[in-house]
This record gives sequence, C-alpha cells and structure tokens, in this order.
Amino acid sequence: MSLIRYQSPEVMAWPPLDRWSSLRDDLNSLFELPFWSSFARQGQLFGGWSPALDLYQDKDNVVAVVELPGMKKEDIDISLRDGTLTISGERKSQTSNGEKAERTERYIGRFRRSVTLPTRVDADKISASYRDGILTVTLPKAEEAKPKQIEVK
Amino acid sequence: MNTLVRENRNNERGQSEQFITPSGSVVEAGDGYTLEVEMPGVNKDGLEISVENNELTIVGRRSRPGLEGKLIHRESRPENYRRTFELDPSIDADKIGAKIDQGVITLTLPKAEHVKPRKIAVS
Repeated sequence: MSLIRYQSPEVMAWPPLDRWSSLRDDLNSLFELPFWSSFARQGQLFGGWSPALDLYQDKDNVVAVVELPGMKKEDIDISLRDGTLTISGERKSQTSNGEKAERTERYIGRFRRSVTLPTRVDADKISASYRDGILTVTLPKAEEAKPKQIEVK
Repeated sequence: MNTLVRENRNNERGQSEQFITPSGSVVEAGDGYTLEVEMPGVNKDGLEISVENNELTIVGRRSRPGLEGKLIHRESRPENYRRTFELDPSIDADKIGAKIDQGVITLTLPKAEHVKPRKIAVS
C-alpha cells in the first residue's frame, strides 16, 4: 500500500501572487494593533470607539490617563459614581459635504469608558486637564484610604 | 484605479526602533487632499515630517509628562508613532502644510498647478 498522502485539488489552487502580498499586508496590519487594545477596543471593530485608558496610583492620588485625540474640551464628560469613574463624550465630524473621504480609520461619534477605582477618592477635589490629545484626571484619595504609618509607642 | 495618497507599509519593516502605526484619514478636498493622523501625546516639538522620493513620513515622539506612581492598568502603548504615505506625483510637495492640535496632525497636500482642472474660456 502506498503512503503518499492525497492532496486535494483545492489545496493546490493558490491565489495569484499579488493577492498573497495584499493578504500578507492585511495580516501584518492586524498584528500592528496593540495587544491590549485588541481586547479593550474590541468594540471598535463593531463600530464603537473605545479610547485607551491607563490608571496610575501613588500614595495621594489615583490618576486616569485617556487617549482622546482631536476632541474639544467641552465635549468631554467626566463623572464619578459609586467608586466608578466614567469618561464619555463625542467627537464630531469635521468633513463638510463637498469633500470625499478616500479612506478613514478615525472614529467619529460617541465613546464611553468606565473604570472602577481601586480606592475611595475625594469627589470634591477631582481635577482634569486635556493636553496634546490626552485627558488626565487626577483623583485625590480620600483621607481614610491613604496609607498611614502607625507609630508604636 | 490609482489611489492618490497611498500608504506605504514596506518601509516600516526592518526598523530597529519599534513604532506603532497611528490611525489616520485621507480626505479629498477640491484642489488637494487633507490627511489627518492621530498621535495622542505628541506635540509640535516631537513631530518630524519629511518628504523624500515622493514618500511622506510622519514620526511622532511623545512628550510624556513625568507621571509618578505605580501603573495599575494599562491599555496605551509606550512606543512612538510612525507612518509613511506614498504621494501621487500630482501633489506639490513644496506646498504641503502641517499643523497639530490636541494630538491630531492635519496635513494639507495641494495638487500642483498644472494638474488642477482649468476652465478655458471660449472667445
């Protein structure tokens, strides 16, 4: 009995070379997507916009940093409720009617990100700044959440 | 069909520094094109735009404010941005204009005078 494997004709039908190279580009562009954002921004693939959010903390503050390129300050909303920080807003299209989009990857429309804060914060002292397309929200920790040194007498 | 502002990915391989590809859009506007590229965290000082051999390259380096503290959750990427576009010969490379506002770079790429549609009056 022969042990030569049968190759089905479909397997041999390679796409033409130029199609391979464009397929390769498409695949490469998939890998260019940041690893984390492929989880965090899954919504984007289905038409939503989910900007990248980083969270830092030191002994006094919790700091949220969100990438929001090309927004207007007044179109960003920040709210705090039950220990959850929510950042939402809308980016409006600036393309007028006479223009024709050749290709677009920029997302226009609403977004909303929520994050549960690791500690209690002082809601009255929250501050935010928006610079170079980055929103930085500084949330001072509530007194009782700050680490305390207890002196042994 | 010829795409007038085409992306060139070939040049992005084999680089020693790792870059991320920012998202962008190309809009045709009358006598030229408008290119918008998103580079949050980049300002004027970190931006490098060059045209060589009909290729437009945009490199954006972040100016990170020294954030103190411990990172507890991260979705952003630390790498700088780089993207290359191939320019159609109809674009006048000497007249490319650029501005950056809130992390979005807007490039205006006017078509050269000789390729603009012209109305010829019949006398």
